[in-house]
Amino acid sequence: MIWNETKECMSRDEMTNLQSARLRKLVDYVYHNVEFYRKKMQKIGLLPGDIKGIEDITKLPFTTKDDLRDNYPFGLFAVPNSEIVRIHASSGTTGKATVVGYTRHDLDIWSECVARCMAMANVNKNDVIQIAYGYGLFTGGLGAHGGAEKIGATVVPMSTGNSKKLTTMMVDFGATAIACTPSYLLYISEVLEQEGLLDKIKLKSAICGAEPWTEKMREELEKRLNITAHDIYGLSEVMGPGVACDCKFHKGLHVCEDHFYPEVLDTKTLTPVKPGETGELAFTTLTKEGIPLIRYRTKDLTSISYDKCECGRTSARISRFKGRVDDMLIIRGVNVFPSQIEAALTEVKEVTPHYMMIVDRVNNLDTLEIQVELDPKYYTDEIRVIEAHTKKIGHVINQALGISAKIKIVEPQTLVRSEGKAVHVIDKRKLF
Amino acid sequence: MTAKQLSVFIENRKGRLSEVLEVLKSNGVNILSMSLADTTEYGLLRLIVNKPELGKEKLTENGFSSLLSDVIILKIQHEVGSLQELLKAIEEADVNVEYMYGLSIDGEEAYVVLKSSNVEKTGEVLEAKGVETLLPEDVVKL
Repeated sequence: MIWNETKECMSRDEMTNLQSARLRKLVDYVYHNVEFYRKKMQKIGLLPGDIKGIEDITKLPFTTKDDLRDNYPFGLFAVPNSEIVRIHASSGTTGKATVVGYTRHDLDIWSECVARCMAMANVNKNDVIQIAYGYGLFTGGLGAHGGAEKIGATVVPMSTGNSKKLTTMMVDFGATAIACTPSYLLYISEVLEQEGLLDKIKLKSAICGAEPWTEKMREELEKRLNITAHDIYGLSEVMGPGVACDCKFHKGLHVCEDHFYPEVLDTKTLTPVKPGETGELAFTTLTKEGIPLIRYRTKDLTSISYDKCECGRTSARISRFKGRVDDMLIIRGVNVFPSQIEAALTEVKEVTPHYMMIVDRVNNLDTLEIQVELDPKYYTDEIRVIEAHTKKIGHVINQALGISAKIKIVEPQTLVRSEGKAVHVIDKRKLF
Repeated sequence: MTAKQLSVFIENRKGRLSEVLEVLKSNGVNILSMSLADTTEYGLLRLIVNKPELGKEKLTENGFSSLLSDVIILKIQHEVGSLQELLKAIEEADVNVEYMYGLSIDGEEAYVVLKSSNVEKTGEVLEAKGVETLLPEDVVKL
């Protein structure tokens, strides 16, 4: 089923016209409502009228995560708080979170986009869907929730953290769909297997996102659970989940490009690459009111295609992600920057600022180990003191990252020192 | 009252313990007693040696995290119940024993290395009971 044929199956010309009209309006809107954009445009001598169509987008400056941080919390909002009805936040590169705000209209658009994705995953109003993303500041839970309600499905807001309850309800409620991270779903499949519930479930679709995963993992999930699994993409800065999703043909993720204009950029020159070539993905939010973003650099590496899909949709498709431009990691669905760990460790006087992160996937769940050295003054002959240090460091890291990590204290002078580009991360998962 | 204990933090890696011992050996540091407390990730090696300061210096030079701390080495009779009686007295003084290990020497007497939460108080208890404790210079003679 196609949720919105008018928008998802437009001819390329119609889409270009729509995008052009929306971009003109957007540029005018941000110029007059967001000082940050006005100043940036003035600096390069650009006026709203200079942007005549979507082809002029390359004249506009980029926006980055650092811009959001520098204007923390509400500096890039285009409307007063009286118009904002919801706030979400994700990890920033350092201590400060990346904050986004939504107007009522933004939430409607968001639900519309997620509804399109649900339809791509063959979820409709007859389905019972468990939303097992975290509810809260993270966009996953409430974002998927809104779209599932929009499409009329019976929504079970599970959130995360209680797998036993999830599997029980999956059976008892006859859940036919689930939205969660792919690694969590793999874990759930094991729990189902252990409890002997695999033949008692009615699951047929999964909408998985918030972390990169491979084709191989999709096949494994589909086989284990006898379902079709779909890859949903999004980032809180742009909107949240629902920016793009793959249909049953799994040949790339259809972008809701009437709302989010995608560009794939050469990583060195930052000029658009040809369709099919890999580069950094950037989005311009064509219709967003709360925090509109112009050419926001996602740091995700992908390629784009404009061919019509076998499903009938004409929307641009982005390939499965091929990596990151920066050092951001996604662990258990949470964005983690090594710099956050560095910043957190400076608060702990018992340790040196040197660290090593070891990310792995054990029994389909991401694990994070952080190795640290104690400051020589704090090595002791008592285990309980070392254990108290470990606990304290673990607490500080948990506060900073939003996920727990295993802390391992190693001998002094054994961790790599930051000299230029020191390697601080060993990621043993094979995600790309 | 107290003597010096040399302790070393070692990761649970193959061969690491023997590397520590290698450093001590090549510098003529003799081990009189040792205890190894282990966790899944690391171990704490506690040693009574004839030259604690030299041991610490050489271990630090070789990149080990070592530490000197004050412990009490007390002499007890090689008899059933003698240690228990002493511990009871320490406990009555409301002092915790952090850890303890034996230092055995041929003969009628035995030694116990003890780290307590309150050295002074422990000392008073031992003195009242007329227990002999070893000073650094006594350790060298063992």
